Amino acid sequence: MIVRLNGEERELGDGATVASAVALLGVEPQARGVAVAVDREVVPRGAWEATPLAPGAQVEVLTAIQGG
Amino acid sequence: MSTAVQDPLVIAGRAFGSRLLLGTGGFPSLEAMAAALRASGSELVTVALRRVDPTQRGSITDVLGAAGVDVLPNTAGCYTARDAIVTAQLAREAFETSWIKLEVIGDDRTLLPDAPELLAAAEALVDDGFVVLPYTTDDPILARRLEDVGCAAVMPLGSPIGSGMGIRNPYNIAIIRERTELPVILDAGVGTASDAALAMELGCDAVLCASAISRAHDPIAMARAIRKAVEAGRLARGAGRIPRRLHAEASTPDAGLPDFGAPAAT
Repeated sequence: MIVRLNGEERELGDGATVASAVALLGVEPQARGVAVAVDREVVPRGAWEATPLAPGAQVEVLTAIQGG
Repeated sequence: MSTAVQDPLVIAGRAFGSRLLLGTGGFPSLEAMAAALRASGSELVTVALRRVDPTQRGSITDVLGAAGVDVLPNTAGCYTARDAIVTAQLAREAFETSWIKLEVIGDDRTLLPDAPELLAAAEALVDDGFVVLPYTTDDPILARRLEDVGCAAVMPLGSPIGSGMGIRNPYNIAIIRERTELPVILDAGVGTASDAALAMELGCDAVLCASAISRAHDPIAMARAIRKAVEAGRLARGAGRIPRRLHAEASTPDAGLPDFGAPAAT
């Protein structure tokens, strides 16, 4: 299954969840200051494991940078 | 947050001892940012959200956590209310804070706020339980509208972001101060210490600086200078400046002036 992860098409196995996508980016599940949106909807950290991704899902995994 | 501070800055019921907010953008490294942060004395610090970069070394979240300051996430880079709202919701999830510095920009050349989108986003975020601090123009009417929809402060610009042009319309900043009950935080345009002092003399409650410090030749020295300028401006505002007048007014009395006689004829 192909999803769009942080702007790039990435291959994920069937049954992949938000947690799998986050892991693909090398982000530790407990990493502080990370948030995820799937198709513009925020997925709370506690729901990463249980939230499946559909093919073509647009996944944005964001974190803090210096700014403002 | 300090507990026994004289003259604290209070935003949404939270008290801060420092009236200087630090924007963390523009520093060459996290270490440089941390050093300037210490010199600034700031207790409320902005951060932005961007895509995770697997090559990134160090975490600003950890650095700010170790410094014990409060984080004020922003929505920098958003051009629509819709994007700003999602970004704020992600920031709330990432930083576990409902505080948001709301930026909705009109174009990438001026980086000026887009007033209708800003107001729409502010209203939606307040309804969603956010403590909203909007980056706004120096328009007193827009500031009032932002107050009406429930923002916790207003953050008018002195001049465009990163321009270092100071406060281009001090009269508008003074009017904003006069017409709103909210804390007024001058945001954007400060180039050096005197700009920050002027903001405070005009009655602003606080000043936010990023580039003025991060892009100074010596950011630590500039952080210290602007910190003192904010304190000086606050004191001067409270002290009450003398009115401006066209002609001189002697401070030394005429009474008791001696008469040395006419010059001797030659």
